[in-house]
This record gives sequence, structure tokens and C-alpha cells, in this order.
Amino acid sequence: MKQVTKLFRFLKPYWKKSVISLVLLTAVVVMDLAIPRLVQRVIDQGVNAQNMQVVVNTFFIMLGISVLDTIFAIGNNNFSVQVGEGVARDMREAIFLKIQSFSFGNLDRLQTGQLMVRLSNDSGVVQRLFQITLRIGTRAPLLMIGSIILMFNTAPQLAVIMLPLLIITSAIIAVFSTKLGPLFLTMQQKLDKLNTVLQENIAGVRVVKAFVRARHEAARFEEANEDFTERNVRVTQLMSTLSPILNFALNIGVVIVIWSGGLQSIRMGNLSTGQIIAFVNYLQTTVVPLLNLVNLANIWAAAIASATRVNEVLDAETEVRDAPDAIVLPNFCRLQIKFENVCFHYNGSTDESVLHGISLTVEPGQKVAILGATGSGKSTLINLIPRFYDASEGRILVDGVDIRKVSQDSLLAQIGIVPQETVLFSGTVRDNIRYGRPDATDEEVVAGAKAAQAHDFILELPDGYETHVEERGTNLSGGQKQRIAIARALLTNPSILILDDSTSSVDVETETKIQSALDTLMKGRTSFIVAQRISTVLKADKIVVIDKGQIAAEGTHRELLQSSPIYQEIFASQLGNGINGS
Amino acid sequence: MADQTTTQPNASEIRSRMMRGGPGRPGKIEKARDPSRALIRLIPYLKPYTLILVIVFTFIMGSTVLGLIGPYLMGQAIDKFIAVKKISGLATIAIWMLVVFVLGNFCDAASGWMMASVSQKALKGVRHDLFGHLQTLSLKFFDTNTAGELMSRLTNDIDAINQAVSQNVVSLVASVLSMAGILLAMFLMNIWLTLAALAVVPLMLWFTNFVAKYTRKGFRELQKHLGEMTSVTEEAISGQRVIKAFRRNDSVIEAFRKSNQDVYKAGVYANSYALLLMPLTNQLGNLFVITIAGLGGWLALKGLVTIGTIAAFISYGRSFVNPLRQLSNIFNAIQGALAGAERVFEVIDTSPEVDDAPEAAPLDRVHGQVIFKNVQFSYTPEKPIIKNMTLEAKPGEIVALVGPTGAGKTTLVNLLTRFYEIDAGQIRIDGKDIRQIKKDDLRHQLGLVLQDTFLFSASVMDNIRYGRLEASDQEVIDAAKMADADLFIRKLPHSYQTMLSERGSNLSQGQRQMLSIARAILADPSILILDEATSSVDTRTEIRIQNALLRLMKGRTSFVIAHRLSTIQDADLLLVIKEGEIVEKGTHQQLLNQHGFYHHLYLSQFKGEQI
Repeated sequence: MKQVTKLFRFLKPYWKKSVISLVLLTAVVVMDLAIPRLVQRVIDQGVNAQNMQVVVNTFFIMLGISVLDTIFAIGNNNFSVQVGEGVARDMREAIFLKIQSFSFGNLDRLQTGQLMVRLSNDSGVVQRLFQITLRIGTRAPLLMIGSIILMFNTAPQLAVIMLPLLIITSAIIAVFSTKLGPLFLTMQQKLDKLNTVLQENIAGVRVVKAFVRARHEAARFEEANEDFTERNVRVTQLMSTLSPILNFALNIGVVIVIWSGGLQSIRMGNLSTGQIIAFVNYLQTTVVPLLNLVNLANIWAAAIASATRVNEVLDAETEVRDAPDAIVLPNFCRLQIKFENVCFHYNGSTDESVLHGISLTVEPGQKVAILGATGSGKSTLINLIPRFYDASEGRILVDGVDIRKVSQDSLLAQIGIVPQETVLFSGTVRDNIRYGRPDATDEEVVAGAKAAQAHDFILELPDGYETHVEERGTNLSGGQKQRIAIARALLTNPSILILDDSTSSVDVETETKIQSALDTLMKGRTSFIVAQRISTVLKADKIVVIDKGQIAAEGTHRELLQSSPIYQEIFASQLGNGINGS
Repeated sequence: MADQTTTQPNASEIRSRMMRGGPGRPGKIEKARDPSRALIRLIPYLKPYTLILVIVFTFIMGSTVLGLIGPYLMGQAIDKFIAVKKISGLATIAIWMLVVFVLGNFCDAASGWMMASVSQKALKGVRHDLFGHLQTLSLKFFDTNTAGELMSRLTNDIDAINQAVSQNVVSLVASVLSMAGILLAMFLMNIWLTLAALAVVPLMLWFTNFVAKYTRKGFRELQKHLGEMTSVTEEAISGQRVIKAFRRNDSVIEAFRKSNQDVYKAGVYANSYALLLMPLTNQLGNLFVITIAGLGGWLALKGLVTIGTIAAFISYGRSFVNPLRQLSNIFNAIQGALAGAERVFEVIDTSPEVDDAPEAAPLDRVHGQVIFKNVQFSYTPEKPIIKNMTLEAKPGEIVALVGPTGAGKTTLVNLLTRFYEIDAGQIRIDGKDIRQIKKDDLRHQLGLVLQDTFLFSASVMDNIRYGRLEASDQEVIDAAKMADADLFIRKLPHSYQTMLSERGSNLSQGQRQMLSIARAILADPSILILDEATSSVDTRTEIRIQNALLRLMKGRTSFVIAHRLSTIQDADLLLVIKEGEIVEKGTHQQLLNQHGFYHHLYLSQFKGEQI
């Protein structure tokens, strides 16, 4: 509940439209309610009083009201749609902006798929809630209250008898709504489970087949299927009894009106037939909206879940933010980078630290290779330099300035990154190379591609530089994508270069080409290379061996070969029995 | 009056929209190519419930007829008793009304109750068949249909069938029945009033058509813009890190704003029309009442109708207008469901992987001699992948496959597992053509460790146990120890009971690989296939995995595919594959001495080391 009300702020820019929509809705309801009254007039003052004029006049009044009513209804419709769609648009934008502001720590916790769901589906569910509330949610109580008032107005003696009936009906509705909410939630969960099994069997078909697990999977699916069906049957059955129950309540009301009203009309003559008919009409308009209220309760139940997910994104603190008086670094300067006793934990201080006591100085133009096992903290270390994460303890200095005091934008402008996993964007090859510097000329793009050893294969593509890169770059090989990524980094002409080694997924020949492209890229820049292979690090000015979050050794290849047992071990493991550490 | 004067969407409509989640699905109307065939295919699923269905429809008829009698009795009560001030008999008619209402609502509730169970069970049957069949399909099917596409097709289509079977069919029957009944009752009571009332019908049809036309157009447009927005956001979110690194947030936000605005505009347009139907038909309902009151009043004054008739007509009117409005919705939903059913049956009709040897004797544990003899294979006829390949692996040997990307190494794995069938030649295990072995038996002999480790969203324990379901906890732990995974597993929050999220995304690549090795160890196959099992981990982890693999490979025939030559130097046989052919073979040392392609690869990998 609170989760949804929190999102009401999105209604604020539309409060005028919302009010207009509600006013129009009220007008519609009032007019809807006037009609039974006018029908009563036709019967009592027209037919029963033998007055044709009244019948004709009232007919035209009703017709006029109906026309006005239609106009108001259309108006209400348009305004409520505008509000609903507007809220959805603003919510999507807010979520998107928030995601764009996220630093890596935030992204680690939320996966792409989940974020997509929040952006499209969840915002849609909340939108629907707002829209329906503006239409049905308000209409139903208005109609009910109006009808009750008019019932009293038409025949107070009958209306009093109806009160207990209305109270019982409302109680039934309340029970249904509270019961259905959780039922819907569990049903949704069962459905998710069913879909997970299905999904896993499609995506993991090789594993299922290789292990001959079809029967096992079928049993798993059957269980989920059974679970979901059982729950679904219960919910559907409950839903299907609701409307007969409500109708029955309404019907009892009608019987009472006919019987008791009839008696009164005959015995005391204080009730006309027109009144009785009008009363029955109002009874209908009282009970029927209740059914819609139950539905609304369900929409609320769904919206609460969605709103919670939306709020999770919107309320997330962006971890890395610029200081209010952040320093802007000048363009292309040669920077010294210094780690001072840096510690890092991923989730605040509760988690085990990934890095501790890292102190390291890198002079401008130096080439530093970082070597270590999976999970030793290499990638974390380089992610601290562009402030993708902030150090938990200690500090990182650029030319003596704490990077937390520097604007991230100006810091990033100094840094070129070739990430471990190559991400290309939809667009042409040229667009992708130009990604880091959209104003680069075509000549610069070609020069970059040549330096990255990419020019030749690009020319062989169907449309050369204009070849469209498919979603996730599926029409390019891993090695080709990587060389485009190198050209992309090259074009930004960074003073600091970060290469997260990923040549592992390409074959040897391609790797050789990438290697020489990287050599070109690193020339004259402060470079950090996360590497797994000795061959990559041999030429480094400094090799840093990371082990269990600490710097285990630091020095040149020769020095380390002499002094560091870990380095010797890595070296031996890579060269195998072939050319043993010659 | 057992009529449901709901001019708002009914419960099921709202629920179904809710369950689907995504905005903008209504209005998208699909048609089945052969609706009657799809319908016929659905019938068997309902057949076991024939008796219940007969009862359900009897109840529906009962509730409809009784629903019509109610207002009639009310009219009678007014005319015959209240209007003429006759007291005796009023109680009787009131009791009759009560009886009719009780029975009518009972029928309504009972039919709904039973139908819920029948439809859900029938749907369960469809899902069961679909899943069961999916499992028999060949890998080719899964390779040509992307997972996402299949998923959305299966879930959405089944949902559409669900809607149709559980709600639309029933409301169709009820609507048609009650409309016919009302029409009859009205004609019997007063023909002139009926004709006047029916004047609303063409108006209603025109409105519905008018609105539907624009709604459809609007939603088509909306769907297009939603698609654009989805691709913009998907790219932006999955590429967030790169976007940030290259400081392109502003332009990405700009692109998003534009497509978001397009969606807004299309949404306002589409929904303005789509949601117009409700208030408009509401107004038409009013018009109906007004016509009857006006004309009825006039006729009453002429003595042609009674007041009771007018009252009954007003009641009937509401229950006549509603089904009329719903009919077009129901038709569209049923059409969509049939289109969905057609696609579901398309999957069910896809011919399954054939087992050439259904009667083959069960296979005992093999020794593990593997022979490829003149094997040829291509995924598409014009592009041969494996050209006339012949090789032999002796029991217990380690055979390494080396070569550039796309040379056909992984294809060999697909052929040995019979994920794909060879075009020509023969593959033999212990001298037996693998086409003479049941697929399940064959695969029981094979252990796979792939580069793309697939883990299930289950506990670590269950994921390892996937290799042998009856393994005890201790056996699982032993396997994990052998795979060098025990240590890191124990560091996980709940140790072996830690639940893996979405395909094990809470583990590192190396950790996932160790789990998949433990899984293979537990399965204890005679022949092992390692496809790039260590390629996405760093060298130190690789050593650990390598050692785990060596333990695993002991006593088994193993095929190892690797990019890194350092990992395969100990192999008994190295096969260098290029463009679907074996170009060199021998041991590491032999191949180095040949100074051929392997030598070239080896040098390029270790260049710079000759210090």
C-alpha cells in the first residue's frame, strides 16, 4: 500500500487533468443516476396521471441528458488516458534516468532482465492502476453513495430495510478482496516457477539431453504444472462464485422491494409503482459497482508488487556521486596514479574484503600488468581507477588529488577502456568505432581501425564501414568485435588506458593480431592491463601479482622470475613442459 | 434479475490483463490460418470432461432461462397485484421470485465452479503435452528457434488458450442464449416496444466497429513504438558500463526520451479509442432505457402496454446490451486463442528426434573406443562443415582437437552425442555404430563439460547431483572435492544448500565450471568431452581446473577441445583441424617437429618467451 502511495508523486504534474477527469466522472455519475428518477416521472406523473405532455417532455429531457452524459464520458476517458499514459511515461523516464546514473555496484545487484521488467511491465501495471482508479475506482463508490442517497430519497421506508443487506454485501466483498489478494500473489509465483522450468529446459537443452534427464525434467515440470493448476483452479472458482453471490444479494433486495414495497403501496398507498421501479434500478446501481471494487482490489494487489519493484530502483542510492565542489581535470594531461592503502568490499563492510592494503604508484606513461587468479581482485582493482566503484578504505590519487574530489566525467575523459566483454551497439561499424568521440572524422575512424588491425576485415564485410552491427554483434566474431572495441578506445585518445584481458575467447592467430593492436594503443599512455597470459605481460614496465586481494609481488618480469614463487608458478604453468622458463 | 449489469470490464478480463502484465496487448488481433483445425485439435483435451461439460452447459442454460423469468415475474407482480391493489397472491409471487433467483444464481455459481476446474485441467494437459514433446525435439529445433522467442510464444499462446477456454467460450454461450431468450421474451410481451428497443442494436454495432477499427490501428502503432523502446532500453541497460565509460549517457537518454515520447503518443491514441467502448456502450444502455421509458410511456397512455412490461423491459434491456458489447471482444479473444493453439500444435507436430534403434539391446558400460570413419556433415547443404573425417581414439586415451575458430571442432561433439546426425560415414563406439544404440544409452556413456556452463536455479547440491540423481550427499561432496570445488562451496552463504540465481549468475565463471566438472565426475561416464572447458578462466584457476580434469579423465576416453595449447600438451593424440579436415596428427612433440600448422600456432602463442 505504502509502496503505491509513494508513487502518487508521479500524478502531481497531472493534478489538473486528474481533477477535470474526476469532475467529469462525477457529472457522468449524477446523470446516470438521474435517469431512473426521470423514468419514475414518466410512469407516475405521465402514465399513471394520464399526462402525455409529461411523457414527451421527460423523454426529451432524458435524451438531452444522455447526449451531455456521452460528451462528459468521452471527456473523462480522454483525460484519464492522458493522465495514465503520462504517468507511465514519466515513471519509465525516471527509472531509465536512475539506471543511467547507477554505478557498477548498483548494476551488480540488478540484472538486465530484471531492470527491463521493471521499466516496461511494472510501470505498466502501476499505470493501469492509476488509470482504472480514475475511471472505475472513483465511479463505483460515487455510484454507490449516490444510489443509496437516492434510494432514501425515493422511498426511505424501503431504503431502511435495505441497509442490513448492503452491510452484509459489503462484508462479503471485503472478505473476498482480502482473500483474493494473497491468492493472486501465490498464483503468480507458481506461474513463475512453471516458466522457470520451461525456460531452463529450452536454454539448457544440451545439458538436459547430455545427461539424459528428460524424465527428471518432465517430473519437475509436472509438479510445477500441478501446483499452478491447483492454485489457478482455486482462484478461478472463488472468482466465479463472487458474481452469483452479489447478484443473489441484489435479487433478495428486489424480492423485498416487491413484497414489502408492494404491501405498503397497496395498504397505505404511500408508494407508487414508479417509485418501486426506480428503487429497483437504484438497487442495481448500488450493488454492481461493488463487483468492480473487488477487481480493483486485485489490481491493487498486483500494483503493490510492481510498485515495490519500481521503488527498489528509484530509491536505490547511486553509490558513486560527484562531490559538490568536484574538480574538473584538464583535457589530456599525463597523470600519476597512486593507490594508498586501498581496501574494498562489495556490499559495504559486511562482506569479506576483495582487496586490502593495496598501495601502488604508477608514473605517467608506465605500462602496468596485473596478474592473478580468478577472484583475486584484479578486475576490481582496475574498476576503482575510473571510479566505477569507490574504495571502501584508503584512497586513490591522480596527481596527488583524491579521485573522489574529481568530477567523474572529467576523470573518464582521460581514460580509455577495453572491457573484458565486448559490448557493441546497434548501428554501423563506423558508428561503433566513433562511439567514444562522435565528432571524429571518417579519416580518423579509418586511422583508428588501421591501428587496431581492424581495417582489413572491416573492408571485407558486406558494406565495409557501413555494415550494420546486429544485436549484440552476432554477425561479427569475438576477435573482430574486440578489435573494433580497441579502435573505439583508441579514437578517444586517452591518457590512461585500461585493458581487461579477454583474448581468451579468440583463437591464437586472432590473438596475435589483437596483441599487436594493443601494443599500438598503449604506446605513450599510462596503461593497466589485466592479463592472464605471461606473453601479454612480458613487456610491461611493472608486473603486479595479486593474490587473495593483496599485492603479492611487484616488479619486472626478470625480477619476479627471480624473487616471486607465485610468479614462477604461473610462468611454469603457462609454458608447460614446452620451453621451460628458459 | 440475475443480469450482470457490469458495464465495466468483468473480473476475468481484468485478471487476464493483469496476468499478462505487458501494456498494450488488447487490440492486437491475430487470426489462425485454419481455425477449425485448431479447434478440432483442442477437443481431445476436453473430452475426458464431457459429462461435466454437459452439466455445465445445462447449468448455463438454466441460469440464463431463470435469469429471464425473474424480471418477468417482477413485471407481473407490479401489473397484476401492486398496480391493481390486490394483496392476496403477492406473497406467492414474491416467493416464486425468490425460488427463481436462488436457482438461477446457484446454476451460475455451479457452472462457473465446475468450468474453472475443467478448463484448468484441460490446459494442464496441453502444457503437459507441449513440454513432453519439447523434450523429444532435436537440437536443431532449439538452435533454429531462439530461447526468448520460444518462451514468449509458449507462455503467451497458452495463456490465450486459457482465456478462451475458461472464460470466453462460457460467456459466448451465455451471451447468445440470454440474448435469444430476451429477444423472445420481449417479442412475446410487446412487439412494438421490442422493435424500438432493437433500434439500438445497429447503433451499437456501428460504434463497436468504429472503435475497433481505430483501436486496432492504434495498437499496431503502439506495438511498433514499444518494440523500438524495448530495443533502446535493452541496449542501454546491458551496455550501461560501456556507455558510462565512454560518457555517452546524455545521448542515450536523449534517444530514450524520444522513443518514450513516441510510446506516450501512441498510447494516448490507442487507449483513447480502446477505452472509449465502455463509456459509449454505457451511454447506449441509457439510451435503451430512455427509449423504452419514452415510447413505453406513450404506448401505456394509449393502453397498449402495461407499466409492469415497461419495468420488465428496462431490466431486460440492460442484460441485452451487455452481451452485445462483449460479443466482438469474445470473438477476437477466441480467434487469438485459436491462432495461439495453432502455434502450440505446430510445436507439438514438429517431428521428434528419431531413435533409429528402438529395439536395440541396452548398452553396458563401454570400454570407450571411438572411431570416426569417413564422416561428413553440414548444417546447411551448401556449407559442408566436416569433410570426410576419420579418426580413432583408443580406450582411455586423451585426444585433443586443435584448430582455428569455426574449423568444426565443436561440431564433432554434436555428432558424437547425436545431437545432430551425420550425413555420411560412420561413428562407432566399441565397434558398434552409434545409430544402432539407443540415444539415451549412448548419452549415458558420455560426459560433457562445455564452455557455456549451464546451471539450474536450484541448490548447489542439486546442481551437482544432476549428474546422478540417486547420488548421496556424501557422494556429491566427494565429487565436489575431486573437482576442487568443495572449498569455495563451503564459503558460500549456505554452503551446499546455497540457491543459485538465474543460471548461477551469482558465481564466477571459474566456479561454475568447477560445479559442472563435479557434475560430470558424479555421472561417471566412460567417454568424456571437454569443449573449451577452461577457456574463460585465468591460468591459476585453470591449473586447478586442469588438475580436476586430469582426475576426471583418468581411465576414460577423453576428447579435449582447447584454444590454449598449454592445456593439451599431455594428450595422447593431437588432431589439428582446419576447415573440417584433419590436417595434422600426432603427439605434441611429433607435431612440433613437423614444423607445420601446429608449430606455427604454438609459436604465435608463446612468441616472446624465447628470452
